Amino acid sequence: MPAARRPKLAVWKFASCDGCQLTILDCEDELLALADAVEIAYFPEARRGQIRGPYDLSLVEGSVTTPHDRERIQAVRRASKKLVTIGACATAGGIQALRNFADVRAFAAAVYASPQYIETLSASTAIARHVPVDFELRGCPIDKTQLLDVMTAFLYGRKPNVPAHSVCLDCKREGNLCVMVAHGTACLGPVTQTGCGVLCPSHNRGCYGCFGPKETPNTAALAAWLRRLGLGDGEIMRLYRTFNADADAFRDESRRHGP
Amino acid sequence: MAEREAEHSDDAAVINRAGVAALLQALVDSGHHLVGPTVRDGAIIYTDITGLTDLPQGWTDRQAGGSYRLERRGDAALFGYAATPQSWKRFLHLPTVRLWRAERTDDGFAISEAPEPARKIALIAARACDLQAIAIQDRVLQGGRYPDPGYAARRRDIFVVAVNCGSAGGTCFCVSMQTGPRVRSGFDLALTELIDGDRHEFLVEVGSPGGAALLAQLPRRRAGGDDVAAAAAVVARTAAAMGRAMPRPADVPALLRRNLEHPRWEAVADRCLSCANCTMVCPTCFCTSVEDTISLDGRTAERVQRWDSCFTMDFSHVHGGSVRASPRSRYRQWMTHKLSTWWEQFGTSGCVGCGRCITWCPVGIDITEEVAAIAASDGAGGARGTP
Repeated sequence: MPAARRPKLAVWKFASCDGCQLTILDCEDELLALADAVEIAYFPEARRGQIRGPYDLSLVEGSVTTPHDRERIQAVRRASKKLVTIGACATAGGIQALRNFADVRAFAAAVYASPQYIETLSASTAIARHVPVDFELRGCPIDKTQLLDVMTAFLYGRKPNVPAHSVCLDCKREGNLCVMVAHGTACLGPVTQTGCGVLCPSHNRGCYGCFGPKETPNTAALAAWLRRLGLGDGEIMRLYRTFNADADAFRDESRRHGP
Repeated sequence: MAEREAEHSDDAAVINRAGVAALLQALVDSGHHLVGPTVRDGAIIYTDITGLTDLPQGWTDRQAGGSYRLERRGDAALFGYAATPQSWKRFLHLPTVRLWRAERTDDGFAISEAPEPARKIALIAARACDLQAIAIQDRVLQGGRYPDPGYAARRRDIFVVAVNCGSAGGTCFCVSMQTGPRVRSGFDLALTELIDGDRHEFLVEVGSPGGAALLAQLPRRRAGGDDVAAAAAVVARTAAAMGRAMPRPADVPALLRRNLEHPRWEAVADRCLSCANCTMVCPTCFCTSVEDTISLDGRTAERVQRWDSCFTMDFSHVHGGSVRASPRSRYRQWMTHKLSTWWEQFGTSGCVGCGRCITWCPVGIDITEEVAAIAASDGAGGARGTP
């Protein structure tokens, strides 16, 4: 082990579905090794007690959507030596960032019987918009292998092996047939960061962009090709506007095709 | 495998469909794993096959920039299709290979190297462009001072059943690259499929002593002058039906060298997704990177080698950042290496004219069209720059 004292781990939740936190618990084979390597100090999904901070590593799930969140993330940052965001919500605002393109008060009025009790911000934003972030782990949800690699990298003081290249590169390594070229299926793989294990294209589906924009994403060139495949503006807009709707490249491209 | 030039020589024979089945069975009987074409998920791919019934009988493909469609032929041809989605590269120069693994011991660590693969494979229906690509990768991966031992081991025992193309794809341009459609070397046996009315036979030419020995076991008849002429006509017909041509291929190395600042690089970068598909499907692109991992408890470490691409930022990352930060510089690096500086480095072009980079580019960027555009306004970027 690298240190005599086990580093203290905290797992925080903001606006999210808890799926990324559950990915930690999904590390079934590695969970005991993880519990040996770090002291799980704060993780409401996994333990009732809480060990006081400061924390060596904080994993933050979820986006900032309320005034309370906005204050709380500052406290989390102050209590954390390293802060890693996990998942599309924490890294790009999540699916709830669809509110950024609409009037959130109208949503609240449609959903709640007494919307006047709802205190919420007009936009759902990534953690990095509020506090400095040491590393952003992508995905909706995050990938277990990548999460373990980030944790191991933290423990041993090395750079995480989390590539920023396209999904396509891994599709080709896997030997998948390109669903866009061979079937004409719309696919965000060429503009999306890898990490999911090429899940959808391995099952003959186009990539939905769960891991957000890759490095130097050419969203406009792909959109032009999608139009040739027969997609209209509305469809292209919706393709770019899902789990990573507020990631810069996807947001800007979706705005070129819709309101 | 012998590297001598094949000729339409006296040892050529003619076999029928049953002869092809016997050929595949003889290879299995001599301990080979068959890797060849079969239909899967709407394409004809190279994968493990068991025999004749796996071959894509009656199928062909329609290929264009960014588009591939499987189609029925009007006949029962076994080899009536053009380039497959991926090349033989994935069987010889593996996409992912563990180089070594280390275990912590009481007084340090112990390294165990990855075991060499024991698989002896037979490549079924390799095309002329494929064989040229293997020859190029041989030069790159085992021709220098530091051969890749894994590649060399996998490469050493392959048996190659080549096929002279009877059908040109919409993105093929081997004729202009002088790499096909007729196989010249690097095979054990070469088939030419002869279909005419009720006739369905294969001219078999011998490329090595091993090929001759195998042919001797098959039901066959001696090839006559008519058979040889029919096979030559098949190749000539394919050569005349190329979907693309590389413009003035002999001039391309110098053309690109003096047009490093041509505005066309910017234009292609506007379309390029820098997704790396072209480099993955290219049968000669050989670049890899290594990734080190450690187990959570720090007891074991591994080094894995993976296909990588000059289209990623990380690939050219040095101290201070990526040397080729713009997609323009990355596309230019790929194409000028493939068509121009490859000559200086390895003495040949890095392109074999298979057309895979055109078909499998998600937005249909066409390397022949890009060269043509630069040639059409040679010197438009002014004085030469540095790559």
